[in-house]
Amino acid sequence: MNAKKVNIVSGYILEEESALTLAELCWTCQAPAETMIRLIDHGVIMPLEGNNSRQWRFHRSSLVRADKALRLKRDLGVNLAGTALALELLDEIDDLRKQLNHYIDRE
Amino acid sequence: MDYKDYYKILGVEKGATQDEIKRSYRKLARKFHPDVSKEEDAEVKFKEVGEAYEVLKDPEKREAYDQLGSNWKAGQEGFQPPPDWEQNFDFGGGGYTQGNAQDYSSFFEDLFGGGRAGGQYYQSGSAGQGGFQSRGENVRAKVMIDLEDSFNGTTQSLNLQSPEVNEQGQVVNKQRTLNVKIPKGVKEGQTIRLAKQGNPGMGGGERGDLLLEIGFKPHKLYTFDGKDIYLNVPVAPWEATLGAKIDVPTPDGKKVGMKVPADSQQGRKLRLKGKGLPGKNMGDFYVVLQVTLPPSSDPKVKAYNEKMRDEIDFNPRSYLF
Repeated sequence: MNAKKVNIVSGYILEEESALTLAELCWTCQAPAETMIRLIDHGVIMPLEGNNSRQWRFHRSSLVRADKALRLKRDLGVNLAGTALALELLDEIDDLRKQLNHYIDRE
Repeated sequence: MDYKDYYKILGVEKGATQDEIKRSYRKLARKFHPDVSKEEDAEVKFKEVGEAYEVLKDPEKREAYDQLGSNWKAGQEGFQPPPDWEQNFDFGGGGYTQGNAQDYSSFFEDLFGGGRAGGQYYQSGSAGQGGFQSRGENVRAKVMIDLEDSFNGTTQSLNLQSPEVNEQGQVVNKQRTLNVKIPKGVKEGQTIRLAKQGNPGMGGGERGDLLLEIGFKPHKLYTFDGKDIYLNVPVAPWEATLGAKIDVPTPDGKKVGMKVPADSQQGRKLRLKGKGLPGKNMGDFYVVLQVTLPPSSDPKVKAYNEKMRDEIDFNPRSYLF
């Protein structure tokens, strides 16, 4: 046991934190604004409100989604349209899995 | 260190062409990508495949690897590369590898270097001198919690590896243990953000964040969908037909009396509002009725059912014809 172990860190539930601006989103995703705008163009993430990029506000979950999209793009060498498609299919699989769970017998 | 058979990892023959290696790598990368795969050790496998490809895609590195590898079996311990193995190749200075060498195994690092290349980066600038500065990377991890943990809140102990720079300017993987508070009401698939608990920045830049994805361990009774919780509850055929009052265990560990309405078909969902996961917007608890038949080996059950068959006019399949 060492002393470092004792302190407990607490965080926030990302999805319940306040909305992000484009700048904050880029900062936490460590990606340039151009990349984010391309993600928005492909419908990977969507601003909650705001008419132009200065006023845009994003739900915190956009952060996780943008991150995931960028990882897929980088690791698998797919383009953004392909990434967007993969993410949508993954979402669908998740939903179906959840529905399936309700039917699986737990003896 | 252990010898790693990169050909076996990529599932190709030793004589495979570069194209075959590329194809196999791409296929496996898609299969094991941690964002795609549901397998527990997907991340480990994904890294292994990436490491193997990093070597085999490069004809020069592949040749070097082939030379030293032929006499060793995978997983054999105590592997040491012969002292002059890189005589004809120049990998030892590090920096040769574009990939993130810290992510690879010590086998890889010993052969092709890597960490040292990064080290120079770190040394070159420090805060205030106008040198190179950047924020540390965000780190992602997944924790599995029990349903009860979301109801009560809990503290989970995590072991994390993060690359840090030592006095020699080398990047070393440091193990650290974090005790993380899991807030009450967290839902499956949500992410807990721990500010500045990610990887350290370069040149005095601040640490990245730690992003913890929450997964729920399967529960022996309940299933989950976001903030809602489901429970299959068996009912006898007469309870479903006549209606009944039954006791149901709620996810918060209590017991609640519930009215089953008359003429409830198999699979009917009954909602208990606000009895799902707690939190700012509470979830609901759904009881799903499962009509369960008593066994016909019981003579009484048999007699009653025969009586129903003979006396009740009911054709459940009338709509089929």
